[in-house]
Amino acid sequence: MEKSLSWREFIITRLIQTSGYSAILFVALIFFFLLREGLPTLTEVDMSSLLNIRWYPIEDYFGILPLITGSLVVTLGAALIAVPFGIGTAVYISEIAPRWMREILKPLVELLGGLPSVVLGFLGILVLAPFLRVFLNLPTGLTALTGSLLLGGIAVPTVVSVAEDALDSVPRAYREGAWALGATKWQTIWRVTLPAARSGVLTAVMLGIGRAIGETMTVMMVTGNAPVLAIKLGSLFSPVRTMTATIAAEMGEVANGSTHYHVLFFIGMVLFIISLVVNIIASSVVFRAKKRAERILS
Amino acid sequence: MKRLHSFLLLTSFLFTFFLLTSCGSSNSSSASDSPAKYIENKGSDTIVNLALAWAEKYQSDHSDVRISVTGGGSGTGIAALVNGTVDLANASRKIKDEEVAEAQSNGVEPVEHIIARDAIAVIVNPNNPVSELTLQQISDIYSGKYTNWTEVGGEDRPIVRLSRETNSGTHVYFLETVLRLGSKDDKTLFSMDTLLLPSSEGIISEVRDNPNAIGYDGLGYVPDDLKTIAIANEAGSAYVLPSIETVNDKSYAIARDLYMYTNGGPTGIVKEYLDWILSDEAQLIVAELGFVPVLK
Repeated sequence: MEKSLSWREFIITRLIQTSGYSAILFVALIFFFLLREGLPTLTEVDMSSLLNIRWYPIEDYFGILPLITGSLVVTLGAALIAVPFGIGTAVYISEIAPRWMREILKPLVELLGGLPSVVLGFLGILVLAPFLRVFLNLPTGLTALTGSLLLGGIAVPTVVSVAEDALDSVPRAYREGAWALGATKWQTIWRVTLPAARSGVLTAVMLGIGRAIGETMTVMMVTGNAPVLAIKLGSLFSPVRTMTATIAAEMGEVANGSTHYHVLFFIGMVLFIISLVVNIIASSVVFRAKKRAERILS
Repeated sequence: MKRLHSFLLLTSFLFTFFLLTSCGSSNSSSASDSPAKYIENKGSDTIVNLALAWAEKYQSDHSDVRISVTGGGSGTGIAALVNGTVDLANASRKIKDEEVAEAQSNGVEPVEHIIARDAIAVIVNPNNPVSELTLQQISDIYSGKYTNWTEVGGEDRPIVRLSRETNSGTHVYFLETVLRLGSKDDKTLFSMDTLLLPSSEGIISEVRDNPNAIGYDGLGYVPDDLKTIAIANEAGSAYVLPSIETVNDKSYAIARDLYMYTNGGPTGIVKEYLDWILSDEAQLIVAELGFVPVLK
Protein backbone atom coordinates (compact mmCIF):
# COMPACT_ATOMS: atom_id res chain seq x y z
CA MET A 1 0.00 0.00 0.00
CA GLU A 2 2.70 2.38 1.05
CA LYS A 3 4.80 1.44 -1.92
CA SER A 4 2.05 1.83 -4.56
CA LEU A 5 1.13 5.22 -3.12
CA SER A 6 4.71 6.48 -3.42
CA TRP A 7 4.85 5.03 -6.92
CA ARG A 8 1.75 6.88 -7.92
CA GLU A 9 3.07 9.99 -6.25
CA PHE A 10 6.28 9.67 -8.23
CA ILE A 11 4.50 9.29 -11.58
CA ILE A 12 2.11 12.17 -10.93
CA THR A 13 4.95 14.46 -9.85
CA ARG A 14 6.91 13.60 -12.98
CA LEU A 15 3.86 14.16 -15.21
CA ILE A 16 3.22 17.58 -13.74
CA GLN A 17 6.89 18.41 -13.98
CA THR A 18 7.01 17.41 -17.64
CA SER A 19 3.99 19.49 -18.55
CA GLY A 20 5.59 22.42 -16.73
CA TYR A 21 8.87 22.04 -18.56
CA SER A 22 7.14 21.41 -21.90
CA ALA A 23 5.95 25.02 -21.94
CA ILE A 24 9.56 26.18 -21.77
CA LEU A 25 10.55 23.58 -24.35
CA PHE A 26 7.84 24.69 -26.79
CA VAL A 27 8.74 28.37 -26.51
CA ALA A 28 12.40 27.50 -27.05
CA LEU A 29 11.56 25.30 -30.04
CA ILE A 30 9.35 27.96 -31.59
CA PHE A 31 12.04 30.58 -31.14
CA PHE A 32 14.66 28.25 -32.56
CA PHE A 33 12.45 27.57 -35.58
CA LEU A 34 11.84 31.29 -36.12
CA LEU A 35 15.57 31.97 -35.92
CA ARG A 36 16.40 29.17 -38.33
CA GLU A 37 13.86 30.34 -40.92
CA GLY A 38 14.21 34.07 -40.31
CA LEU A 39 17.92 34.72 -39.85
CA PRO A 40 18.90 33.87 -43.47
CA THR A 41 17.15 37.18 -44.26
CA LEU A 42 20.15 39.07 -42.92
CA THR A 43 22.46 37.48 -45.50
CA GLU A 44 19.96 37.59 -48.37
CA VAL A 45 18.69 41.15 -47.95
CA ASP A 46 20.80 44.25 -47.24
CA MET A 47 20.12 46.03 -43.99
CA SER A 48 19.48 49.25 -45.95
CA SER A 49 16.82 47.60 -48.08
CA LEU A 50 15.27 45.95 -45.01
CA LEU A 51 14.96 49.37 -43.36
CA ASN A 52 13.50 50.85 -46.53
CA ILE A 53 9.99 52.27 -46.60
CA ARG A 54 8.72 50.22 -49.54
CA TRP A 55 7.14 46.80 -49.03
CA TYR A 56 6.44 45.09 -52.35
CA PRO A 57 7.80 41.57 -52.00
CA ILE A 58 6.98 40.28 -55.49
CA GLU A 59 9.47 42.83 -56.90
CA ASP A 60 12.00 42.27 -54.07
CA TYR A 61 11.24 45.39 -52.06
CA PHE A 62 11.50 44.18 -48.47
CA GLY A 63 11.24 47.35 -46.37
CA ILE A 64 9.67 46.23 -43.09
CA LEU A 65 9.45 49.66 -41.44
CA PRO A 66 5.90 50.36 -42.74
CA LEU A 67 4.76 47.03 -41.28
CA ILE A 68 6.34 47.63 -37.87
CA THR A 69 4.96 51.17 -37.60
CA GLY A 70 1.59 49.94 -38.86
CA SER A 71 1.40 47.32 -36.10
CA LEU A 72 2.51 49.82 -33.47
CA VAL A 73 -0.05 52.47 -34.49
CA VAL A 74 -2.94 50.01 -34.48
CA THR A 75 -1.86 48.44 -31.18
CA LEU A 76 -1.31 51.80 -29.50
CA GLY A 77 -4.76 52.94 -30.57
CA ALA A 78 -6.27 49.70 -29.30
CA ALA A 79 -4.47 50.05 -25.95
CA LEU A 80 -5.71 53.62 -25.54
CA ILE A 81 -9.24 52.28 -25.89
CA ALA A 82 -8.96 48.95 -24.09
CA VAL A 83 -7.03 50.06 -20.99
CA PRO A 84 -9.38 52.75 -19.61
CA PHE A 85 -12.49 50.85 -20.67
CA GLY A 86 -11.21 47.53 -19.42
CA ILE A 87 -10.01 48.77 -16.04
CA GLY A 88 -13.12 50.91 -15.61
CA THR A 89 -15.35 47.93 -16.30
CA ALA A 90 -13.32 45.74 -13.96
CA VAL A 91 -13.56 48.32 -11.15
CA TYR A 92 -17.29 48.65 -11.70
CA ILE A 93 -17.89 44.90 -11.71
CA SER A 94 -15.73 44.16 -8.69
CA GLU A 95 -16.22 47.25 -6.50
CA ILE A 96 -19.43 49.08 -7.35
CA ALA A 97 -21.96 46.86 -9.07
CA PRO A 98 -24.56 45.12 -6.89
CA ARG A 99 -24.34 41.35 -6.75
CA TRP A 100 -27.09 40.58 -9.30
CA MET A 101 -25.57 43.02 -11.79
CA ARG A 102 -22.18 41.37 -11.41
CA GLU A 103 -23.72 37.97 -12.10
CA ILE A 104 -25.04 39.29 -15.43
CA LEU A 105 -22.06 41.41 -16.46
CA LYS A 106 -19.31 38.84 -15.90
CA PRO A 107 -20.65 36.13 -18.20
CA LEU A 108 -21.56 38.77 -20.79
CA VAL A 109 -18.00 40.12 -20.86
CA GLU A 110 -16.69 36.59 -21.18
CA LEU A 111 -19.13 35.97 -24.03
CA LEU A 112 -17.73 39.06 -25.76
CA GLY A 113 -14.26 37.59 -25.37
CA GLY A 114 -15.42 34.48 -27.18
CA LEU A 115 -16.62 36.34 -30.27
CA PRO A 116 -14.69 35.07 -33.32
CA SER A 117 -12.51 37.89 -34.66
CA VAL A 118 -13.67 37.25 -38.21
CA VAL A 119 -17.20 38.18 -37.14
CA LEU A 120 -15.92 41.45 -35.70
CA GLY A 121 -14.07 41.99 -38.98
CA PHE A 122 -17.34 41.68 -40.89
CA LEU A 123 -18.99 44.17 -38.57
CA GLY A 124 -16.02 46.46 -39.20
CA ILE A 125 -16.27 46.26 -42.99
CA LEU A 126 -20.04 46.56 -43.19
CA VAL A 127 -20.85 48.97 -40.34
CA LEU A 128 -17.89 50.66 -38.69
CA ALA A 129 -15.79 51.54 -41.76
CA PRO A 130 -18.63 53.18 -43.75
CA PHE A 131 -19.73 55.05 -40.62
CA LEU A 132 -16.22 56.37 -39.88
CA ARG A 133 -15.71 57.43 -43.51
CA VAL A 134 -18.84 59.57 -43.48
CA PHE A 135 -18.56 60.73 -39.88
CA LEU A 136 -14.91 61.85 -40.05
CA ASN A 137 -15.04 62.71 -43.78
CA LEU A 138 -12.11 60.42 -44.64
CA PRO A 139 -11.20 59.22 -48.16
CA THR A 140 -11.81 55.63 -47.00
CA GLY A 141 -13.09 53.97 -43.83
CA LEU A 142 -10.49 51.19 -43.96
CA THR A 143 -8.00 52.86 -41.63
CA ALA A 144 -5.78 52.19 -38.62
CA LEU A 145 -8.47 53.76 -36.44
CA THR A 146 -11.07 51.21 -37.56
CA GLY A 147 -8.63 48.45 -36.66
CA SER A 148 -7.84 50.07 -33.31
CA LEU A 149 -11.51 50.37 -32.35
CA LEU A 150 -12.20 46.71 -33.15
CA LEU A 151 -8.98 45.50 -31.53
CA GLY A 152 -9.84 47.57 -28.48
CA GLY A 153 -13.13 45.69 -28.37
CA ILE A 154 -11.29 42.39 -28.65
CA ALA A 155 -8.80 43.30 -25.90
CA VAL A 156 -11.37 44.68 -23.42
CA PRO A 157 -12.70 41.28 -22.24
CA THR A 158 -9.14 40.05 -21.61
CA VAL A 159 -8.31 43.17 -19.58
CA VAL A 160 -11.60 43.03 -17.69
CA SER A 161 -11.47 39.41 -16.62
CA VAL A 162 -7.83 39.48 -15.47
CA ALA A 163 -8.09 42.88 -13.76
CA GLU A 164 -11.35 41.91 -12.10
CA ASP A 165 -9.74 38.78 -10.65
CA ALA A 166 -6.87 40.90 -9.34
CA LEU A 167 -9.22 43.41 -7.69
CA ASP A 168 -11.30 40.60 -6.27
CA SER A 169 -8.29 39.08 -4.52
CA VAL A 170 -7.48 42.28 -2.61
CA PRO A 171 -8.30 41.37 1.03
CA ARG A 172 -11.54 42.82 2.30
CA ALA A 173 -9.71 44.17 5.33
CA TYR A 174 -7.93 46.77 3.14
CA ARG A 175 -11.23 48.31 2.06
CA GLU A 176 -12.71 48.11 5.54
CA GLY A 177 -9.61 49.84 6.90
CA ALA A 178 -9.96 52.66 4.38
CA TRP A 179 -13.67 53.08 5.11
CA ALA A 180 -12.96 53.10 8.82
CA LEU A 181 -10.61 56.02 8.25
CA GLY A 182 -13.44 57.91 6.57
CA ALA A 183 -12.32 57.47 2.96
CA THR A 184 -15.06 57.69 0.33
CA LYS A 185 -15.77 54.82 -2.04
CA TRP A 186 -13.84 56.57 -4.83
CA GLN A 187 -10.84 57.29 -2.57
CA THR A 188 -10.82 53.67 -1.47
CA ILE A 189 -10.84 52.42 -5.06
CA TRP A 190 -8.26 54.89 -6.36
CA ARG A 191 -5.84 54.99 -3.41
CA VAL A 192 -6.19 51.54 -1.84
CA THR A 193 -7.75 48.79 -3.92
CA LEU A 194 -6.23 49.62 -7.33
CA PRO A 195 -2.67 50.14 -5.98
CA ALA A 196 -2.96 46.93 -3.96
CA ALA A 197 -3.99 45.03 -7.10
CA ARG A 198 -1.43 46.84 -9.24
CA SER A 199 0.56 43.85 -10.42
CA GLY A 200 -2.56 41.98 -11.49
CA VAL A 201 -3.97 45.02 -13.24
CA LEU A 202 -0.68 45.55 -15.06
CA THR A 203 -0.69 41.90 -16.14
CA ALA A 204 -4.20 42.47 -17.46
CA VAL A 205 -3.03 45.47 -19.50
CA MET A 206 -0.07 43.54 -20.92
CA LEU A 207 -2.21 40.54 -21.82
CA GLY A 208 -4.67 42.90 -23.50
CA ILE A 209 -1.89 44.54 -25.53
CA GLY A 210 -0.52 41.11 -26.39
CA ARG A 211 -3.95 40.08 -27.62
CA ALA A 212 -4.16 43.22 -29.75
CA ILE A 213 -0.73 43.07 -31.36
CA GLY A 214 -1.12 39.40 -32.26
CA GLU A 215 -4.62 39.71 -33.69
CA THR A 216 -4.67 39.01 -37.42
CA MET A 217 -8.01 38.38 -39.06
CA THR A 218 -9.78 41.58 -37.98
CA VAL A 219 -6.93 43.92 -38.89
CA MET A 220 -6.46 42.21 -42.23
CA MET A 221 -10.10 42.86 -43.04
CA VAL A 222 -10.45 46.48 -41.89
CA THR A 223 -7.11 48.32 -42.00
CA GLY A 224 -6.78 48.45 -45.79
CA ASN A 225 -3.33 46.80 -45.76
CA ALA A 226 -1.53 49.63 -47.55
CA PRO A 227 2.16 49.44 -46.57
CA VAL A 228 2.62 53.14 -45.80
CA LEU A 229 5.08 54.38 -43.18
CA ALA A 230 2.83 55.31 -40.26
CA ILE A 231 4.74 57.99 -38.34
CA LYS A 232 2.66 61.09 -38.99
CA LEU A 233 -0.13 62.16 -36.66
CA GLY A 234 -2.66 61.54 -39.43
CA SER A 235 -1.52 57.94 -39.81
CA LEU A 236 -4.24 56.82 -37.43
CA PHE A 237 -6.77 58.01 -40.02
CA SER A 238 -5.16 56.42 -43.05
CA PRO A 239 -4.74 52.79 -44.13
CA VAL A 240 -1.86 50.81 -42.63
CA ARG A 241 -0.52 47.30 -43.03
CA THR A 242 0.35 45.32 -39.91
CA MET A 243 2.98 42.61 -39.49
CA THR A 244 0.41 39.94 -38.66
CA ALA A 245 -1.77 40.73 -41.68
CA THR A 246 1.30 40.63 -43.93
CA ILE A 247 2.32 37.20 -42.71
CA ALA A 248 -1.22 35.87 -42.98
CA ALA A 249 -1.85 37.31 -46.43
CA GLU A 250 1.44 36.29 -48.00
CA MET A 251 2.51 33.07 -46.28
CA GLY A 252 0.20 30.89 -48.36
CA GLU A 253 1.78 32.12 -51.56
CA VAL A 254 5.54 32.09 -51.05
CA ALA A 255 7.81 29.42 -52.42
CA ASN A 256 9.35 27.46 -49.53
CA GLY A 257 12.89 28.69 -48.80
CA SER A 258 12.73 31.80 -50.99
CA THR A 259 13.92 35.22 -49.78
CA HIS A 260 10.31 36.36 -49.35
CA TYR A 261 9.67 33.28 -47.17
CA HIS A 262 12.66 34.09 -44.97
CA VAL A 263 11.64 37.74 -44.65
CA LEU A 264 8.15 36.69 -43.51
CA PHE A 265 9.72 34.58 -40.77
CA PHE A 266 11.99 37.50 -39.93
CA ILE A 267 8.84 39.60 -39.41
CA GLY A 268 7.53 36.82 -37.17
CA MET A 269 10.79 37.07 -35.21
CA VAL A 270 10.39 40.83 -34.81
CA LEU A 271 6.83 40.28 -33.57
CA PHE A 272 8.05 37.64 -31.11
CA ILE A 273 10.77 39.96 -29.81
CA ILE A 274 8.33 42.85 -29.41
CA SER A 275 5.97 40.78 -27.28
CA LEU A 276 8.93 39.41 -25.34
CA VAL A 277 10.12 42.94 -24.55
CA VAL A 278 6.59 43.98 -23.52
CA ASN A 279 6.42 40.99 -21.18
CA ILE A 280 9.85 41.61 -19.68
CA ILE A 281 9.05 45.27 -19.02
CA ALA A 282 5.75 44.27 -17.44
CA SER A 283 7.25 41.65 -15.15
CA SER A 284 10.12 43.92 -14.09
CA VAL A 285 7.64 46.65 -13.14
CA VAL A 286 5.58 44.12 -11.21
CA PHE A 287 8.72 42.83 -9.50
CA ARG A 288 9.77 46.33 -8.44
CA ALA A 289 6.27 47.09 -7.20
CA LYS A 290 6.39 43.98 -5.04
CA LYS A 291 9.71 44.92 -3.52
CA ARG A 292 8.41 48.33 -2.56
CA ALA A 293 5.30 46.85 -1.00
CA GLU A 294 7.48 44.51 1.03
CA ARG A 295 9.62 47.42 2.18
CA ILE A 296 6.58 49.29 3.39
CA LEU A 297 5.23 46.26 5.19
CA SER A 298 8.49 45.45 6.98
CA MET B 1 -27.93 32.83 -13.12
CA LYS B 2 -28.61 29.09 -13.03
CA ARG B 3 -31.32 29.56 -15.60
CA LEU B 4 -28.99 31.46 -17.91
CA HIS B 5 -26.45 28.68 -17.66
CA SER B 6 -28.90 25.94 -18.42
CA PHE B 7 -30.26 27.96 -21.31
CA LEU B 8 -26.79 28.36 -22.79
CA LEU B 9 -26.10 24.70 -22.24
CA LEU B 10 -29.33 23.70 -23.94
CA THR B 11 -28.77 25.90 -27.00
CA SER B 12 -25.20 24.75 -27.43
CA PHE B 13 -26.36 21.16 -27.06
CA LEU B 14 -29.04 21.61 -29.71
CA PHE B 15 -26.57 23.33 -31.99
CA THR B 16 -24.09 20.47 -31.69
CA PHE B 17 -26.89 18.01 -32.27
CA PHE B 18 -27.89 19.71 -35.53
CA LEU B 19 -24.31 19.85 -36.65
CA LEU B 20 -23.85 16.17 -35.96
CA THR B 21 -27.03 15.11 -37.70
CA SER B 22 -26.37 17.25 -40.76
CA CYS B 23 -22.84 15.89 -41.03
CA GLY B 24 -24.13 12.38 -40.55
CA SER B 25 -26.66 12.61 -43.34
CA SER B 26 -24.20 14.00 -45.88
CA ASN B 27 -21.72 11.31 -44.94
CA SER B 28 -24.16 8.51 -45.42
CA SER B 29 -25.25 9.75 -48.84
CA SER B 30 -21.69 9.96 -50.10
CA ALA B 31 -20.89 6.59 -48.61
CA SER B 32 -23.68 4.90 -50.53
CA ASP B 33 -22.32 6.26 -53.82
CA SER B 34 -18.97 4.66 -52.94
CA PRO B 35 -16.88 7.12 -54.97
CA ALA B 36 -13.93 5.40 -56.54
CA LYS B 37 -12.07 8.33 -58.10
CA TYR B 38 -10.94 11.56 -56.52
CA ILE B 39 -9.71 14.73 -58.16
CA GLU B 40 -8.07 17.39 -55.99
CA ASN B 41 -8.43 20.84 -57.57
CA LYS B 42 -6.96 23.96 -55.98
CA GLY B 43 -5.76 27.47 -56.81
CA SER B 44 -6.88 30.81 -58.18
CA ASP B 45 -9.73 32.55 -56.40
CA THR B 46 -10.78 33.95 -59.78
CA ILE B 47 -11.48 30.45 -61.05
CA VAL B 48 -12.85 28.90 -57.87
CA ASN B 49 -16.55 29.54 -58.60
CA LEU B 50 -16.19 28.29 -62.15
CA ALA B 51 -14.29 25.21 -60.97
CA LEU B 52 -17.00 24.54 -58.37
CA ALA B 53 -19.76 24.81 -60.98
CA TRP B 54 -17.90 22.43 -63.27
CA ALA B 55 -17.22 20.00 -60.44
CA GLU B 56 -20.86 19.99 -59.39
CA LYS B 57 -22.14 19.36 -62.89
CA TYR B 58 -19.53 16.69 -63.59
CA GLN B 59 -20.20 14.89 -60.33
CA SER B 60 -23.93 14.83 -60.91
CA ASP B 61 -23.32 13.13 -64.28
CA HIS B 62 -20.56 10.82 -63.02
CA SER B 63 -21.55 9.57 -59.58
CA ASP B 64 -18.31 7.60 -59.18
CA VAL B 65 -16.14 10.73 -59.30
CA ARG B 66 -15.54 13.14 -56.42
CA ILE B 67 -13.88 16.47 -57.09
CA SER B 68 -12.77 18.70 -54.25
CA VAL B 69 -12.27 22.35 -55.15
CA THR B 70 -10.48 24.94 -53.01
CA GLY B 71 -9.28 28.49 -53.64
CA GLY B 72 -6.35 30.32 -52.08
CA GLY B 73 -4.72 32.04 -55.04
CA SER B 74 -2.84 30.98 -58.16
CA GLY B 75 0.48 30.70 -56.31
CA THR B 76 -1.09 28.52 -53.64
CA GLY B 77 -2.48 26.13 -56.26
CA ILE B 78 0.81 25.87 -58.12
CA ALA B 79 2.70 25.36 -54.86
CA ALA B 80 0.31 22.52 -54.06
CA LEU B 81 0.91 20.96 -57.48
CA VAL B 82 4.67 21.22 -56.90
CA ASN B 83 4.26 19.53 -53.52
CA GLY B 84 2.14 16.83 -55.15
CA THR B 85 -0.98 17.43 -53.05
CA VAL B 86 -3.34 18.26 -55.94
CA ASP B 87 -4.10 16.80 -59.37
CA LEU B 88 -5.18 20.06 -60.97
CA ALA B 89 -3.89 23.53 -60.11
CA ASN B 90 -6.02 26.49 -61.18
CA ALA B 91 -4.12 29.63 -62.14
CA SER B 92 -5.20 32.98 -63.50
CA ARG B 93 -1.62 33.66 -64.66
CA LYS B 94 1.04 31.68 -66.49
CA ILE B 95 3.33 29.62 -64.29
CA LYS B 96 6.55 31.52 -63.45
CA ASP B 97 9.98 30.26 -64.51
CA GLU B 98 11.13 29.80 -60.94
CA GLU B 99 8.00 27.80 -60.17
CA VAL B 100 8.75 25.53 -63.13
CA ALA B 101 12.33 25.13 -61.88
CA GLU B 102 11.11 24.30 -58.38
CA ALA B 103 8.59 21.82 -59.77
CA GLN B 104 11.23 20.08 -61.85
CA SER B 105 13.56 19.81 -58.89
CA ASN B 106 10.64 18.10 -57.11
CA GLY B 107 10.11 15.71 -60.04
CA VAL B 108 6.93 17.45 -61.19
CA GLU B 109 6.44 18.46 -64.83
CA PRO B 110 3.71 21.16 -65.02
CA VAL B 111 1.60 20.99 -68.21
CA GLU B 112 -0.58 23.94 -69.14
CA HIS B 113 -4.22 23.84 -70.28
CA ILE B 114 -6.20 26.94 -71.25
CA ILE B 115 -9.67 26.39 -69.87
CA ALA B 116 -11.44 29.76 -70.23
CA ARG B 117 -10.77 33.43 -70.76
CA ASP B 118 -11.42 36.28 -68.35
CA ALA B 119 -11.69 40.02 -68.61
CA ILE B 120 -10.66 42.32 -65.77
CA ALA B 121 -13.29 45.00 -65.21
CA VAL B 122 -12.28 48.32 -63.69
CA ILE B 123 -15.06 49.39 -61.35
CA VAL B 124 -16.16 52.55 -59.58
CA ASN B 125 -19.07 53.58 -57.38
CA PRO B 126 -22.31 54.24 -59.35
CA ASN B 127 -22.29 57.81 -57.99
CA ASN B 128 -18.95 58.52 -59.66
CA PRO B 129 -19.58 60.47 -62.90
CA VAL B 130 -16.44 59.05 -64.55
CA SER B 131 -17.34 56.23 -66.94
CA GLU B 132 -14.55 56.18 -69.52
CA LEU B 133 -10.77 56.01 -69.03
CA THR B 134 -7.78 55.22 -71.21
CA LEU B 135 -5.31 52.53 -70.18
CA GLN B 136 -2.72 55.27 -69.62
CA GLN B 137 -5.06 57.12 -67.26
CA ILE B 138 -5.74 53.97 -65.22
CA SER B 139 -2.01 53.33 -65.04
CA ASP B 140 -1.42 56.89 -63.81
CA ILE B 141 -4.18 56.57 -61.22
CA TYR B 142 -2.73 53.37 -59.80
CA SER B 143 0.88 54.53 -59.92
CA GLY B 144 -0.08 57.56 -57.84
CA LYS B 145 0.38 60.25 -60.51
CA TYR B 146 -3.27 61.24 -60.26
CA THR B 147 -4.65 61.64 -56.75
CA ASN B 148 -7.91 63.48 -57.37
CA TRP B 149 -10.85 62.52 -59.57
CA THR B 150 -10.88 65.99 -61.19
CA GLU B 151 -7.66 65.03 -63.02
CA VAL B 152 -9.58 62.43 -65.05
CA GLY B 153 -12.76 64.48 -65.42
CA GLY B 154 -14.58 63.60 -62.22
CA GLU B 155 -15.71 65.36 -59.04
CA ASP B 156 -13.35 66.95 -56.53
CA ARG B 157 -12.73 63.82 -54.48
CA PRO B 158 -9.55 62.00 -53.45
CA ILE B 159 -8.89 58.77 -55.34
CA VAL B 160 -8.83 55.65 -53.17
CA ARG B 161 -7.06 52.86 -55.06
CA LEU B 162 -8.10 49.29 -54.32
CA SER B 163 -6.18 46.23 -55.40
CA ARG B 164 -6.07 42.51 -54.66
CA GLU B 165 -3.22 41.23 -52.47
CA THR B 166 0.13 40.53 -54.12
CA ASN B 167 -0.48 36.77 -53.99
CA SER B 168 -3.38 37.14 -56.41
CA GLY B 169 -2.84 36.30 -60.07
CA THR B 170 -5.18 39.18 -60.89
CA HIS B 171 -2.83 41.59 -59.09
CA VAL B 172 0.21 40.48 -61.10
CA TYR B 173 -1.74 40.53 -64.35
CA PHE B 174 -3.05 44.03 -63.66
CA LEU B 175 0.45 45.26 -62.79
CA GLU B 176 1.92 43.91 -66.03
CA THR B 177 -0.91 44.75 -68.41
CA VAL B 178 -2.27 48.01 -67.06
CA LEU B 179 0.29 49.72 -64.80
CA ARG B 180 3.23 48.82 -67.05
CA LEU B 181 1.11 48.75 -70.22
CA GLY B 182 2.63 45.41 -71.18
CA SER B 183 6.19 46.69 -71.32
CA LYS B 184 8.74 44.38 -69.67
CA ASP B 185 11.28 47.16 -68.94
CA ASP B 186 8.74 49.38 -67.23
CA LYS B 187 9.34 49.31 -63.47
CA THR B 188 6.21 51.25 -62.45
CA LEU B 189 4.78 50.06 -59.14
CA PHE B 190 1.44 50.46 -57.43
CA SER B 191 1.28 53.68 -55.43
CA MET B 192 2.29 52.94 -51.83
CA ASP B 193 -1.09 53.91 -50.42
CA THR B 194 -2.96 51.43 -52.62
CA LEU B 195 -5.24 49.38 -50.38
CA LEU B 196 -4.43 45.68 -50.73
CA LEU B 197 -7.59 43.75 -49.92
CA PRO B 198 -7.48 40.02 -49.29
CA SER B 199 -10.64 39.15 -51.24
CA SER B 200 -12.76 40.08 -54.24
CA GLU B 201 -15.63 40.61 -51.84
CA GLY B 202 -13.59 43.21 -49.92
CA ILE B 203 -13.02 45.23 -53.09
CA ILE B 204 -16.64 45.02 -54.19
CA SER B 205 -18.08 46.06 -50.83
CA GLU B 206 -15.68 49.01 -50.56
CA VAL B 207 -16.46 50.21 -54.12
CA ARG B 208 -20.17 49.80 -53.48
CA ASP B 209 -19.92 51.93 -50.35
CA ASN B 210 -17.23 54.49 -51.19
CA PRO B 211 -17.63 57.07 -54.00
CA ASN B 212 -13.86 57.79 -53.87
CA ALA B 213 -12.84 54.25 -54.69
CA ILE B 214 -11.59 52.63 -57.87
CA GLY B 215 -11.04 48.89 -58.00
CA TYR B 216 -10.61 46.02 -60.43
CA ASP B 217 -11.84 42.46 -60.47
CA GLY B 218 -12.65 39.55 -62.73
CA LEU B 219 -15.68 40.27 -64.95
CA GLY B 220 -17.49 37.26 -63.50
CA TYR B 221 -17.38 38.79 -60.02
CA VAL B 222 -18.68 42.29 -60.72
CA PRO B 223 -22.28 42.72 -59.58
CA ASP B 224 -24.72 44.81 -61.61
CA ASP B 225 -25.00 47.60 -59.05
CA LEU B 226 -21.41 48.80 -59.63
CA LYS B 227 -20.25 50.90 -62.55
CA THR B 228 -17.88 49.25 -65.00
CA ILE B 229 -15.47 51.63 -66.75
CA ALA B 230 -15.23 51.59 -70.56
CA ILE B 231 -11.56 51.47 -71.53
CA ALA B 232 -9.69 52.80 -74.55
CA ASN B 233 -6.32 51.32 -75.51
CA GLU B 234 -4.96 54.80 -76.16
CA ALA B 235 -6.23 58.35 -76.26
CA GLY B 236 -8.46 58.80 -79.32
CA SER B 237 -9.43 55.17 -79.81
CA ALA B 238 -12.89 53.85 -78.96
CA TYR B 239 -13.92 53.19 -75.36
CA VAL B 240 -14.92 49.55 -74.94
CA LEU B 241 -16.90 47.86 -72.17
CA PRO B 242 -15.88 44.30 -71.29
CA SER B 243 -18.20 41.57 -72.64
CA ILE B 244 -17.93 38.14 -74.23
CA GLU B 245 -17.90 39.71 -77.70
CA THR B 246 -15.33 42.40 -76.99
CA VAL B 247 -13.00 39.91 -75.28
CA ASN B 248 -13.23 37.44 -78.14
CA ASP B 249 -12.61 40.05 -80.85
CA LYS B 250 -9.74 41.39 -78.70
CA SER B 251 -11.03 44.97 -78.66
CA TYR B 252 -11.16 44.98 -74.84
CA ALA B 253 -7.62 45.40 -73.63
CA ILE B 254 -7.52 43.76 -70.19
CA ALA B 255 -8.36 40.15 -70.91
CA ARG B 256 -6.38 37.03 -70.19
CA ASP B 257 -6.39 33.26 -70.41
CA LEU B 258 -7.22 31.10 -67.41
CA TYR B 259 -5.26 27.92 -66.87
CA MET B 260 -5.25 24.55 -65.21
CA TYR B 261 -1.93 22.81 -64.67
CA THR B 262 -1.38 19.07 -64.38
CA ASN B 263 1.68 17.05 -63.45
CA GLY B 264 2.76 15.63 -66.82
CA GLY B 265 0.18 14.99 -69.54
CA PRO B 266 -3.21 14.26 -67.93
CA THR B 267 -4.19 10.61 -67.69
CA GLY B 268 -7.22 8.59 -66.63
CA ILE B 269 -9.98 10.43 -64.81
CA VAL B 270 -8.16 13.78 -64.85
CA LYS B 271 -7.88 13.59 -68.65
CA GLU B 272 -11.58 12.75 -68.98
CA TYR B 273 -12.43 15.72 -66.76
CA LEU B 274 -10.20 18.13 -68.71
CA ASP B 275 -11.63 16.95 -72.04
CA TRP B 276 -15.13 17.54 -70.67
CA ILE B 277 -14.13 21.04 -69.49
CA LEU B 278 -13.29 21.97 -73.08
CA SER B 279 -16.60 20.56 -74.37
CA ASP B 280 -19.47 22.84 -75.40
CA GLU B 281 -21.50 21.79 -72.36
CA ALA B 282 -18.85 22.91 -69.88
CA GLN B 283 -17.98 26.05 -71.81
CA LEU B 284 -21.65 27.05 -71.60
CA ILE B 285 -21.18 27.21 -67.80
CA VAL B 286 -18.19 29.49 -68.43
CA ALA B 287 -20.44 31.96 -70.24
CA GLU B 288 -23.15 31.69 -67.58
CA LEU B 289 -20.69 32.72 -64.88
CA GLY B 290 -19.58 35.81 -66.75
CA PHE B 291 -16.29 34.45 -68.05
CA VAL B 292 -15.44 34.07 -71.70
CA PRO B 293 -15.53 30.60 -73.35
CA VAL B 294 -12.43 29.31 -75.12
CA LEU B 295 -12.86 29.60 -78.88
CA LYS B 296 -12.20 26.41 -80.76
